[in-house]
Amino acid sequence: MSEFFQTFLNLEVMRESSGLLLRGLWVTVQACLIVVPGGLLFGAGLSLAQTLAPAWGTRALSWGVDVVRAFPPLVLLVLVVHGLPFLGIEPPPLLGVGIALTINTSTYYGEILRAGILSIEPTQWEAARSTGLGTAATLRHVILPQGVRNVLPDLAGNTLEAVKLTSLASVVALPDLLRMARVAQGVHFNPSPLILAALLYLALLWPLVRLIRRLGGRAVLPA
Amino acid sequence: MRIFFDPEILAAAWPGIRSGIGVTLGLALSSIAAGVALGLVLATVRALIRGAPLRPVGGLIAGYADVFRAMPPLVLLVVLYFAAPFAGIELSGFMAAFVALGLVLGASAEEIFWAGITSVNRGQWEAALSTGLSRGEAFRRVVLPQAVRLTIPPLTNRAIATGKNTALASVVAVPDVLNQAASVQAQTASPAPLLLAAGVYLALFLPLVRIGRWLETRFHIR
Repeated sequence: MSEFFQTFLNLEVMRESSGLLLRGLWVTVQACLIVVPGGLLFGAGLSLAQTLAPAWGTRALSWGVDVVRAFPPLVLLVLVVHGLPFLGIEPPPLLGVGIALTINTSTYYGEILRAGILSIEPTQWEAARSTGLGTAATLRHVILPQGVRNVLPDLAGNTLEAVKLTSLASVVALPDLLRMARVAQGVHFNPSPLILAALLYLALLWPLVRLIRRLGGRAVLPA
Repeated sequence: MRIFFDPEILAAAWPGIRSGIGVTLGLALSSIAAGVALGLVLATVRALIRGAPLRPVGGLIAGYADVFRAMPPLVLLVVLYFAAPFAGIELSGFMAAFVALGLVLGASAEEIFWAGITSVNRGQWEAALSTGLSRGEAFRRVVLPQAVRLTIPPLTNRAIATGKNTALASVVAVPDVLNQAASVQAQTASPAPLLLAAGVYLALFLPLVRIGRWLETRFHIR
């Protein structure tokens, strides 16, 4: 048993690698701070466009969303990070990761918000419009406050997925939590940093999982 | 434009990517089958256990579902592939990916089946038991068939997500579509192989994503 602890939960190795891991955690947090607000913003734009566009526009947008969703997020990430430089665009690594993952996650935020908008009875639109509110004011004051509340658990669920997604950044050499754990493992030839990183992800995300349950969220989101 | 679609490089990349399609599909189908089976077994156990001594089992199953929902699949895969050997467990890249994806899908499948089972009216249980069926029979013949109907759209979506997540296996040197494309890309310093791989993923998954969307509207689960 003590051998097990020596190998997998070696406190000394964990302490020595904690600096690296904290730097990695900070990069992970930065990636989240790009991807979550970015995804929400573009998702909101997408859902509004789908709501306000004529029928053919809505259909075209839904095909576009599905094309983006057909790519595994990692493929999208590799395409953006290794493909853009060939177009002469070389964003800093964190931004490249942010762009790729925002594209992916905004399609989910968009569909969730659209479902929220669609969950509001058409009579609400009619009533609001008949009081003299314009389309924009109706959306802002009547439809969105109710619609967003209806899909709050799903928005939280997709935020969980977006945070988990940022671990992919390690594959394209961004020094995030997972990447730094691998580096520390290589330095110490001991897997404890990796276990510590996994526990950090759990500590970060477990409360979010519990919160989603409290909100009565669906266990599972669309693919 | 030529650099993105260089026909010579595309021709050189195709055989590897074609063999990668087999690996991607094999990994996807096996981990989907394992994950769905695991989820169904766990949800069944959770539904059938009763009595004080077994009560904690239900909590353990719910805890498993929570933990694997909080854990990024890539982190799990990296731990299985790079840390497990220190415990003397040497998994091939394919096996590590199979186990990681199966465990993650198993957790969401358990949740989906459990939600389906608990949504079946209690009266159905009572009616089935009162006709003389045993608990197991009532579950298998009355409750489960009604629960499964509700689980089809979300389960399809999770299965598609698992299929897409097979691309993570490229990180642990499984020669799947992405891995094959990346290695040709490294040799040729051209983005063409990656674009070919992206096209392959689009061809594989776009029809599935459309089917998933259709199932969601069809069964009105939103």
